[in-house]
Amino acid sequence: MEYKAEKLDIPGDLWVKCYKCGNAIYNKDLMLHQKVCPKCGYHFKLTFSERVGTLADEGTFQETASNIRSRDFLSFIDSSPYSRRLESSAKKSGLSEAIIIGGCRIGGREVSLGVMDFSFMGGSMGSVVGERVTRMIEHAIERKVPAVTVTASGGARMQEGIMSLMQMAKTSGALARLRAAALPHICVLTDPTTGGTTASYAMLGDINIAEPGALIGFAGPRVIEQTIRQKLPSGFQRSEYLLEHGMVDMVVERKDLKDTLVKIIDFFGK
Amino acid sequence: MDPSPSNLMDFERPLAELYRKIEDLRKISASGSIDLSQEIKMLEKRIEHMKRDIFAGLSPIQVVQIARHAQRPTTLDYLNEIFEDFIELHGDRCYGDDPAMVGGLARIEGRKAVVIGHQKGKTTKENLARNFGMAHPEGYRKAMRLMRMAERFGKPVITFVDTPGAYPGIGAEERGQAEAIASNLRDMSEIEVPILVIITGEGGSGGALGIGVGNRVLMQEFAIYSVISPEGCASILFRDAKRSAEAASAMKITSRDLLGLGVIDEIIKEPAGGAHNDPKQAMRNVKAAILKHLGQMEKMSAAEIVEDRLSKFRRMGEFTES
Repeated sequence: MEYKAEKLDIPGDLWVKCYKCGNAIYNKDLMLHQKVCPKCGYHFKLTFSERVGTLADEGTFQETASNIRSRDFLSFIDSSPYSRRLESSAKKSGLSEAIIIGGCRIGGREVSLGVMDFSFMGGSMGSVVGERVTRMIEHAIERKVPAVTVTASGGARMQEGIMSLMQMAKTSGALARLRAAALPHICVLTDPTTGGTTASYAMLGDINIAEPGALIGFAGPRVIEQTIRQKLPSGFQRSEYLLEHGMVDMVVERKDLKDTLVKIIDFFGK
Repeated sequence: MDPSPSNLMDFERPLAELYRKIEDLRKISASGSIDLSQEIKMLEKRIEHMKRDIFAGLSPIQVVQIARHAQRPTTLDYLNEIFEDFIELHGDRCYGDDPAMVGGLARIEGRKAVVIGHQKGKTTKENLARNFGMAHPEGYRKAMRLMRMAERFGKPVITFVDTPGAYPGIGAEERGQAEAIASNLRDMSEIEVPILVIITGEGGSGGALGIGVGNRVLMQEFAIYSVISPEGCASILFRDAKRSAEAASAMKITSRDLLGLGVIDEIIKEPAGGAHNDPKQAMRNVKAAILKHLGQMEKMSAAEIVEDRLSKFRRMGEFTES
């Protein structure tokens, strides 16, 4: 399978309205800028294939663990059965799950890569996401290469109940093994990364990189507002706020992300 | 040991009238010369039967009520009752001391262990001081500091889990609630001494798991363990917090469900009516379970302990692979 940056897709036809500055952007212009608003710098969400297009060397991404699938083991039904939600999410996103993992090269350096996609059930972490993250890390250990994770997730997948919570322990345990193998984990946090994903592998990068303006937190802003019954300060839980509070190493614009990754990988390499 | 009627949960109401009758008979007995002890005994027997029936057929949301009962034994109750020579230790050495997370050095039947747990209050005043058992990052960091200390000195770790969840507030976010929990999950995976986890009340999501990565995870009969509170799940997925009973059933949060899913290793029996109804008996059961599991893990080498814990959580997940 091949993913190209040119295949960036955005709803609508020729023009797109920026969520942040409200300006109309010519679609082609937005694509040229890797879906970053040329007027205000707002970073639109990327799909899995768009992200791979911006990071992996062309044609090098080889997907692994593509054949593992979620199972509705709790027979969970909210407004629709979990099994149907999985089907419609797969259809809508064109993906098998909320994360795709595989091996690829970034600037010629081999890495084990995991990319989350918010369009598959809000990037929620269930058993398949947990298993794939774990295998992605295990591949890194087997091949002695860095693990790179790009997160976008609303947190744990409630439809899998406690098993989604257990994925936090499983993925963090895998990172303990990676640490013991003296291999780096580089985590790129994108908008949004919250809940159980943040409270496990997303915050466990040796290097944590955030895209500008991304919402990153443990609890969602609404939950916090309801708990403390006051308005949240502006910029709260955004990348720049996390940088200020020591939770991420750097905030990197999308156009500089690949180069930054290459430099970091080189530092840790032999 | 009988609870006062004000302590009864709604599904225990049928018991209230019997308790009242006993109370009346006792008064008559005490005031006059009539001996009603036989009648009282009979009523007590009926109460026991009724209780057993009620507690054998609880719905998940009723279990939630027991797990959250204000009089349910807390971590410090256990520390004072079934451990000896408890020395409480404070602070994370970074920011502060979290009263919602307690820990320290203790002995149980002569065995030494580092004991850590969420701490709820029993009264509103206590609960305000303990933040209702919802820890901040400094609580999780204190817990890890104590676990590392246990590791250095070769002592097992016992954790008591009882929290609605990690606190969702501004300070908690600023000081890295997610980072603190995540680090604990990773670091607990590599601790080279046995970790025994006991879920005693509410196992509330990441806040529970943050001290919940153990070689053995035990659960009291009427405790709960879930990825989100039934109310939270209902308000998000059913768009109505009042549908929490449905959410509680759907998520499979009771000890029996979790044993079936392989998420916990053993259920610790509670006395009829729940742990708060007979705390001494509940704590004796917990003590027996602790001694049994500590004994079993005693002979494992450091490498075996780490591998045992890592592979236990590595196996968790429900998916198909074609």
